[in-house]
Amino acid sequence: MKYMLLIHQGTTPLPGSDEWEALPDDEKGAVYAAYKAVNETPGLTPGEQMQPPETATTVRVQDGKTLTTDGPFVEIKEALGGYCFLEADDLDAAIELAARIPAASMGGAIEVRPLGSW
Amino acid sequence: MVAILEQAFREQRGRVLAALIGFLGDFDLAEEATQEAFAIAAERWPRDGAPSNPGTWLVTTARNRAIDRIRRDRTLAAKTRLLEVPEAVEDPMDEETTFPDERLELVFTCCHPALDIDAQVALTLRTLGGLTTPEIARAFLVGEPTMAQRLVRAKRKIKAAGIPFRVPPDHLLPDRLAAVLAVVYLIFNAGYSVPPTRNELAGEAVRLGRALAELMPDEPEVHGLLAMMLLHDARRAARLRDGDLVLLADQDRSLWDTAQIATGRKVLDLAFALRGRGPYVVQAAIASLHLDEPRDLPQIAALYGELARLTDSPVVELSRGVAVAEAEGPQAGLDILDGLALDDYHYLHSTRGELLRRLGRNAEAADAYRRALALVHDDAERRLLARRLDEVDAATGPGR
Repeated sequence: MKYMLLIHQGTTPLPGSDEWEALPDDEKGAVYAAYKAVNETPGLTPGEQMQPPETATTVRVQDGKTLTTDGPFVEIKEALGGYCFLEADDLDAAIELAARIPAASMGGAIEVRPLGSW
Repeated sequence: MVAILEQAFREQRGRVLAALIGFLGDFDLAEEATQEAFAIAAERWPRDGAPSNPGTWLVTTARNRAIDRIRRDRTLAAKTRLLEVPEAVEDPMDEETTFPDERLELVFTCCHPALDIDAQVALTLRTLGGLTTPEIARAFLVGEPTMAQRLVRAKRKIKAAGIPFRVPPDHLLPDRLAAVLAVVYLIFNAGYSVPPTRNELAGEAVRLGRALAELMPDEPEVHGLLAMMLLHDARRAARLRDGDLVLLADQDRSLWDTAQIATGRKVLDLAFALRGRGPYVVQAAIASLHLDEPRDLPQIAALYGELARLTDSPVVELSRGVAVAEAEGPQAGLDILDGLALDDYHYLHSTRGELLRRLGRNAEAADAYRRALALVHDDAERRLLARRLDEVDAATGPGR
């Protein structure tokens, strides 16, 4: 089974923010180490880095006219913060990996989405 | 022959379906194939005689039908696990061999936490309980189309999301247990509340409970659930007289299954020995106390209080109200019932009717029975309520 893991940061403190800087160094280190371990898991293909949702542009076409709005399609706090791909035996394995992604336990959530083929 | 077919359907359907789902990895295909196998049995068994092992015959037949279907429909085959399977056809199952009971795998799949809890319950009742969609819809107070949609979505998700068909490995097992126990309990209740047609469901739930107790011998709640089911089920023969419900106090105790009561209490002791004090263990303890003569009603009321704290359930509060009414009188029970947010629950109204009747407030009792009658679905319960309503109406006199 192929899955895409969609990382929603929610209220997770992100590097660069005051909340992140307020974290003790060993906690920050643990987060980096956890992401590193996740990315090195067999079957996992890390996603590329996503810039923050504030930098997004949302595009719609109405009556043939292209309309753009500043920001993500959903609310900022609900926006996608990252992603990766996982080849796993079944949903249980995908859930276990998702639970190891730091955002899942720091105020965010991971959406596990099975992928199909056209 | 009709009897043999009906018996096979009742006893084997769950196992046949579980085996097919395990084999095919596709609920819809498995359901269709199982249905076809029973249809073929209905045609052939009267003509050729019933096979020596009906279950294996049904699994083999259903498997072959499913494989035929997939061979006819290559695009479907491309989407199922069956791509690897065709050689299995060349190895038809020996009719004398048994097939493994995979109902436990099926239960854990149906009760997977990635499914909505309502869908878990519905799917388990549909596949293992063999309830029809309308029956499940009625049990959960939702419309039939809603329930049908819920089942379709759940089956689609199992397949698309890769929910495994297996008993979870040790490190996942405890987390998966609570939902499974809740579902087994619900199956038990479904078998218990509609006796004429679904008697086997209570037995099915007990069998599943036994299997779970074997699988998780250190888990007190599993034993608690099993004990509770055994103790309730031991009174099954006494619960109905001429098709009418008989309340516990009026039951013929000689009809109780004393051997099963002893077994149930032994299982309960085991749960206690494992330091169990969860909701199922407490419910089993209550069920056990109900079998004593005379009943220790203050102790029963206290345990319902403990259970209400554990579960935060108004239905449990209702049961506590009944026990308190028995221990301290109808008014004390009514005081507990008033203010319970259970307006759509027929037991609330039938219980109020009963307590008001005992207080001689017949007009109010009649109103309560009418509310209950408007909400009840089970025929035996309906007749009991109608009898009570007649009694209080007669007591109120023609002036009302």
